[in-house]
Parts: sequence; C-alpha cells; structure tokens
Amino acid sequence: MIQGISIYHFLIVSTLMFFIGIAGFIIRQNLITILLSVELILNSVVINFLVFNRYLYPDQLQGHFFALFIIGVAAAEASVAIALIINIYRRIHNIESDNVNEMKY
Amino acid sequence: MINYSYTILIPLIPLVIFVFTGLLGMKWKPLVSGIIGTVGVGISFFLSLFTAYEYFFATATGSAYHTIIPVNMLWLSFTHTLQIHMGVLLDPISVMMIVVVTTISFMAHLYSIGYMKGERGFQRYYSFLSLFTFSMLGVVLATNIFQIYIFWELVGASSFLLIGFYYDKPSAVAAAKKAFIVTRFADLGFLIGILILSYYTGTFDFSKLLQPGTHLFAGLAGVSFLGLSGITWAMALIFMGAAGKSAMFPLHIWLPDAMEGPTPVSALIHAATMVVAGVFLVARLFPIYHFQAPDVLIFIGYVGGFTSLIAAIIAMTQFDIKRVLAYSTLSQIGYMMVALGVSGYGGEAGLGYMASMFHLFTHAMFKALLFLGAGSIIHTIHSNFMKDMGGLRKYMPITHFTFLAACLAISGIPPFAGFFSKDEILAAAFESNKLLFYVEYITAGLTSFYIFRLYFNIFWGKDPEYKHKPHEAPLNMTIPLIFLGLGSTFGGFVPFHKLVTSDMKPFTTVTHWGIMLPSVGIGLLGLAVAWVLYKKENDLPDKISKKLGILYTSTYHKFYIDEIYLFVTKKIIFNYIARPIAWFDHNIVDGFMIGVGTVTVKISYKIKKFQSGELQQYAFVFVAGVIMLALFILYSLGYH
Repeated sequence: MIQGISIYHFLIVSTLMFFIGIAGFIIRQNLITILLSVELILNSVVINFLVFNRYLYPDQLQGHFFALFIIGVAAAEASVAIALIINIYRRIHNIESDNVNEMKY
Repeated sequence: MINYSYTILIPLIPLVIFVFTGLLGMKWKPLVSGIIGTVGVGISFFLSLFTAYEYFFATATGSAYHTIIPVNMLWLSFTHTLQIHMGVLLDPISVMMIVVVTTISFMAHLYSIGYMKGERGFQRYYSFLSLFTFSMLGVVLATNIFQIYIFWELVGASSFLLIGFYYDKPSAVAAAKKAFIVTRFADLGFLIGILILSYYTGTFDFSKLLQPGTHLFAGLAGVSFLGLSGITWAMALIFMGAAGKSAMFPLHIWLPDAMEGPTPVSALIHAATMVVAGVFLVARLFPIYHFQAPDVLIFIGYVGGFTSLIAAIIAMTQFDIKRVLAYSTLSQIGYMMVALGVSGYGGEAGLGYMASMFHLFTHAMFKALLFLGAGSIIHTIHSNFMKDMGGLRKYMPITHFTFLAACLAISGIPPFAGFFSKDEILAAAFESNKLLFYVEYITAGLTSFYIFRLYFNIFWGKDPEYKHKPHEAPLNMTIPLIFLGLGSTFGGFVPFHKLVTSDMKPFTTVTHWGIMLPSVGIGLLGLAVAWVLYKKENDLPDKISKKLGILYTSTYHKFYIDEIYLFVTKKIIFNYIARPIAWFDHNIVDGFMIGVGTVTVKISYKIKKFQSGELQQYAFVFVAGVIMLALFILYSLGYH
C-alpha cells in the first residue's frame, strides 16, 4: 500500500496507456511505432497485474511473476518483430504498414 | 455308410489351380499352366467317376437313392433365420452332372493344350477355364438355392471372361458384353424369385424345399399378384434365370454371338455345361415346379418347344459352322426343357425328367465332340465358313469319323447316344402333350437335315482352293475327340431309368416302338435330303433358297430377332426411357449439386474483400468487436 495513492490512480494510468497503445496501433503507419504501441499495451497490462497483486493480495507474489513473464515475452516479441521489420525494409525500402498488405485472399 | 467327404475336393482342386495359375501363371512357361490345369481337372474327373461309382453301384441297386450331404458349412450368418451355407449335396442328378462337367472340362483342357498353342494369354486362358470348372461344379453340388445363385453368377462371369478372351477383337468384346448383360438381366428375375421363395418359406435349403408334400409353401399359395399365386410368380422368375443361362427364346440372342470365344470354350461352356445349367436348375427344383407350380412347368415346356423349333430352322440356313452348332445347341436344350415340361413325378410318369437328364448327358458328349471337331477343322483351315471347306474327309480321318459319330448321335440314328435320349423325350411328350410331340418330331427331322448339311459341306463336296494342305490335328487334340466319340456312340446304353429319376427310385421303361420307328424314320429322311442337296456340288440348294424368297432371307437373318432387340433397346428404351432419365440426372440431380457449388463460389468472391491484408484494419475490427462485446456484457449484467 503506497501512502496517498489509491488503486484508482494506477488503474487510470494503465487504462490510458492501454488505449493510447490501441490508438497508436490502429492509426500510426510506421511499423516501428506500431511495435512501440504494442509494448505500451503490454506494459499497461503489467501495471494492472502489479497493482492488483499489491492492493488486493499483498502477501502473495503471482502478479509479480506474471509481470516478469510478460516482460520476457515482450522482449522476445520485440526481437522477432524487429527482425521482420528489417527484412521488410530490405525488400521494399520502407516500413509503412500500408505497403505491407500482400498477405490476402 | 460310405464317407463322401472327399467330394469337396472335386470343386476345390480347380479353385486352387485358378488361384495359383491366375497369380503366378505369368512367371511360368505357358505349357506348365496348361499341364497343371489339365492334371488338376483330371484328378477331379477321376474323383467324380469314383463318386459316381460309389453312389450308383456300390450301394444296393434296386432301392431308392438317398440325398447325401457330406459337407455343409456355415458361410454367412446374418441372423438366426438368415444363414447361408456352402456345401456339397449328392443326389442322382448332381452326381451325374459332376461326371458330365468334369469329363467335358477335362477333354477341353486336354484339347486346348494343342488348340491354344502359342496364343497370347495361354496362362490366363487356363486360369479362366479352371475358374469356370470350379463355379460350374459349385452350381451342381449346391446344397441350397443361394449357393446356386452365387456360383451361377460366377459361371456367368467366367463365361464373360472366356468369350472376351480375344479382347483386342471388337466383335469378341461386344459378344462378351452381350452375353453378360442378357444373362445378368435374366438373373435379376432369378434373384427376385429366390427372394420371394425364401421370404415365404423361410429357408434356402434344398433338403427342406424339395420334400414332396411339404407345408412350407402354404404361406406362398395364399399370396397372389396380378391374378397369379405367389409361388407361380416365384417359380416363373426363377425359370427366367434358367432361360437366360440356357438361352431359351427370347433370351437366346447371346449364345450364337458367344461363339467369338475360343472353340474349346464353346464346347465346354456354350454347348455342354453352362448352357444346360438352366435345365439343371429346373430339374433341381422339379418337385416344387411339379407340386406347387404346374402351370409354370407347362409354360417351360412350350418355351422349350418353340425355341427348339425356331433354332433348328435358323440352323438350316447359317454358313458359319460354329453358328450352326450354336443354334443346334439351342434346339437341343429346347428338347430338354420340353422333356421337363411334360414330365410327371415318380415312376413311369417321371419319364420326361429322366429323358431330360439323359439327353443332357448324351448331348454334352456329342455336342462337345461336334465343337471340338469343328475346332480342329478351324484350327487347320483358319476359317469358320463352310465355303472354305469341302472334301476334308481325305485329310482329317479321325476328325471325320468322330464328327460323323456325333452327327449320327444328334440325328437320333440308332445305336448312337442321341437316339436313346431323344426317343425317351418324344415318348414322354407323346404321353402328355401331343402338340409338343409334333413340334419335337418335326424338329428331329430338321436337326438331322441341318447337321448333315454341315457334315456334307465340310467333309464331302469339292475341295476349295486350300492355301496349304489341311492336316489332321495333333494327338492331344484327337484323343479327346476319340474319347467323346466313344461316349457319343455308346453313351446311350447307360441305364438312366435305373439311375436318375424324378423321385430317385429306379423304374422300368417299356420300348415305345410306335414312336421309335417314326423318329428314326424322320432322322433318316433329314439325312437323305441333306445327302441329295449337299453331297455333290450342285445348284439345287441355291434354287430352293431362291424359291423360298422371303422365308429364306428372314430365316437367314435369324428372324430379325437381334434387330427387334436393337430396335426396342435403341429406339424405344434409349429414346423414351433412358434419355429422359439421363436428362433428369444431368439437369436436376447434377444441377442441384452444381448449383450449390456455384452459389458458394459466387458468395466467396463477394466476401473475400474482407480479407484486405491491411493489418490495422484487422486490429480495428478486432478492438471494436471486443469493445462492443464488453459493452454488451456490462449492459446485460445490469450496469446501465
């Protein structure tokens, strides 16, 4: 329990981060930025895990472990995504998501 | 009691040979498969002779023979009541038939070694012959009507395979197809008949069905359909199957075409054994026919009589020697059917039954001999037509003498085999049906005429221009000829009335002088007419045929029966039945299926745009969906 800061503050921050991430994912054209948006979404989830763990079950640690896992997964995902983006860049010399729409029909 | 369980080997040996020759034959030298097949059937032949000896002579003669079922195993068990057995049934007719089948088959096997020498597919030929022998033995030894049906179809299939043996010849392929379709069509009736019969009686078993005075048919007699009782329908439909296999009018059209097969096959299948399967079937079910469906039996007699007359008339005008023999076969089978049709049951009244079986036996001998003789002529002349033959008696003495014996036998000249059996048939017909008697009497004269026309044309008359000098057939072809020649000469002395009778009790026959003398007379008359017309080359036959005009041409064209069939099938059935059904199938049934497919394709073309490849579009839709779902859940939980 952190003095003077209620659970709502944390939740508002994490919700804002989540929707900023969503908006960025949908709106932005640059693949790197889209990747950043995904990281934002993941981090908002991590905050939620930690906050709920801390405020609701202070004597337990599951939330913390989940947070650690998500950070690890996010790192792996980032490396894969960046590898893909680099390859796309090599092929078409640009990383706008509008130009990456061949995977259809 | 003698143990007959070895009789199971009689059909099993050809089966084993069929399997081995069929699978491994191509790896062997052709001759090896021929010898294996011949030796195997030879063993069956001797076993059959041994069986016949034990059955007829080793037991006390004078008393009745008994039906013996040495082997009967459960083959298919569907329910408690519906069970199909396979087994071996020995009674006078089946013992007589195994002797006939194995004898002719053995002779045909032996003969084929020479006749088929150097043919492509020699091994295939022998494996089919073994298959045929196996299936035919299965028919005659069957313990129940369903076993007969199964082997009946097998016989049809092996006949199809052998007619179409020269499968690169279009006429042979067409003939095989025709034979199969016509007999198969008839077998449809047979199957329906079996089903009706066994549905009401609750059994397939001959040992139950053939008891005289059995109450099994009480259920059937009460049923009636279109004014005829159920049992009449059942037996008439079963006779339809018999008529198909035995090539009775109007289902006879396949038999003359079946002569496209190799000649020993014609001798074995289409003269001596398979085509008499129909006669055998009627004889096997004779107690049912006699006691339950006497109308059908009379009908059988008339069908037989009509076929025998019409076939004999057609035979007089044909020039292909095998076709003459084919029509002659039809005619003789007609005789057997007539004999069954006029027969009563038991003792002297069962004369027709005995005569029919007797004629079956002697006919098998002399007709197989005629075919094998024709085969050895064709083998050396390389033609089927009479105009390419003449004066052959100088070149082929053995064939000539054996052929002559067969001709005398079929004409009913004493003391050759056909005389005795034909005389019994005429006597039986005379007793009960005068009309059929006169038909058969005239047919006897025609028979004698056409067979001696054939004989004089082949062996007498002027030599045509032979490309190379005709020669006598090799020894393995003449031995069967001589053997069958002896059979045709002395086969008539077998005391059939003591062996094969309708109620399995021997009876004594009286000599019918009043019938015997005129029948010999008309046989000799036919011979004499043929002598005058064909012994020396002259223009009398041509003049007569010109005088007869349309009568002659319509006979020459086999009364246009084939053409009528073609008209009915091609013009009527194809146009008015098959074509509308095909249209329905093509447009309605297929159309529905194609419609379903087309609609699916059209719709998927329309909706495939949803898959745009735009990542962010997908994400937007996904997020929007999740939000809407969340709102919906919140709303439904009561958070307004």
